[in-house]
Amino acid sequence: MDAAINALPYLMQGLVTTLYIFGVAIIIGFIIGLIVALMRLTHIKPLQWIAKIYVNIIRGTPLLVQIFFIYFGLNSLSFISLDREVAGIITIAINAGAYLSENIRAGIQSIDKGQTEASRSLGFSGGQTMRFIILPQALRRMLPTFTNQAIITLKDTSLLSVIGIADLTQRGEVQASATFESFAIWTTVGIIYFIIIYILTLLSNFVERRYKLR
Amino acid sequence: MSIVQVKNLKKHYGQTEVLKDISVEISEKEVVCVIGPSGSGKSTFLRCLNRLEEITSGTILVNGHEMTDNNSDINKFRQEVGMVFQQFNLFPHKTVLQNITLAPIKLKGKSKTEADALGMALLEKVGLKEKANSYPSQLSGGQQQRVAIARALAMEPKIMLFDEPTSALDPEMVGDVLQVMKDLATEGMTMVIVTHEMGFARDVCDRVIFMDGGYIVEEGDPKVLFTNPKHERTRSFLSKVLQS
Repeated sequence: MDAAINALPYLMQGLVTTLYIFGVAIIIGFIIGLIVALMRLTHIKPLQWIAKIYVNIIRGTPLLVQIFFIYFGLNSLSFISLDREVAGIITIAINAGAYLSENIRAGIQSIDKGQTEASRSLGFSGGQTMRFIILPQALRRMLPTFTNQAIITLKDTSLLSVIGIADLTQRGEVQASATFESFAIWTTVGIIYFIIIYILTLLSNFVERRYKLR
Repeated sequence: MSIVQVKNLKKHYGQTEVLKDISVEISEKEVVCVIGPSGSGKSTFLRCLNRLEEITSGTILVNGHEMTDNNSDINKFRQEVGMVFQQFNLFPHKTVLQNITLAPIKLKGKSKTEADALGMALLEKVGLKEKANSYPSQLSGGQQQRVAIARALAMEPKIMLFDEPTSALDPEMVGDVLQVMKDLATEGMTMVIVTHEMGFARDVCDRVIFMDGGYIVEEGDPKVLFTNPKHERTRSFLSKVLQS
């Protein structure tokens, strides 16, 4: 018990790193997901292909391999030099982006085609229709799946401990081996993750209620 | 002065010919009803007028614009052509007033105050002023359709297209919507209406077009066409729909 309480300030610093990496990565991932979803919905074949290949590669390989590939693999090339935080954020963002793009695409496709027709008949262009009419509805509709992906992504950041990012998990490891109080330390780390994810869920429920499609 | 000129319009879906050879002119302030059995191509014809459907061949001039010209700005042309759909298609994430003001604000650069005033005036016209801040899902079908009409009118179109505007409504809702359309006709709006409401077609329209099998079979003054149709197909269609 004492070990856990003594480790808490140190672990909290790790939590800050975890949240920072998660926050930046999920925002970038969302932007990637949006762009890739729109690429797949264009009529331009090469864009569709690129988007499809990207999603399939990310879905078809383990996240841990992606982390190693970007941090060790890319860094072994002479003209690339990424520090671990940047490599970590890029990997998590690219990973989340692939999954989010599928969710966003499904959300866009679930909107009735009459919405597009009504918008176009008023004189809105295709782009304006997407921006003012389709996306606001699609994003509201996909909020629950977005929350799901955000929770998965937050937990995925714990894998970054393997490339030495001092996140919550990595600091747990350091404390566990320094104090030999593995049980107390890992229980504490688990509780901290749980609380953060619980708060995220509550937040999402609140947003969902507020922006529900009436 | 004709506001719509359609010449030799043809439309195929793959091998299926939906519109075979349509030529028609519509004058300013004219109210034209298009009737015919389902599958006759009447809705497709209407949707070609604002290019929601791509045509296979022919020309469509609306307000002097060639709608099928790929080099011109179709979005600009569409602003002058209002459309009302069978399924209303109101924007569910916007309030009733926002549904009406969105296009004038974004496309015509109107200020919010200006657009709101216009929106409220239109809502008053369709009898739904008190619903301004409701969401579409809180309205009945008939109310939603009247909002949809107001939304189309907010762009101050030169012509209004109605695609079976009362077909998805409960019978007791139909009257209010038809009344709004009747008022519009009286004010001199040019209207093309695809409808199954034969009473409305007879009383309000200046001209009725009867379509069947992708052709215009017969057209003319509703009083003449309804009482004394020239073609056998018109006669058999009317006898089926009028007896009910």
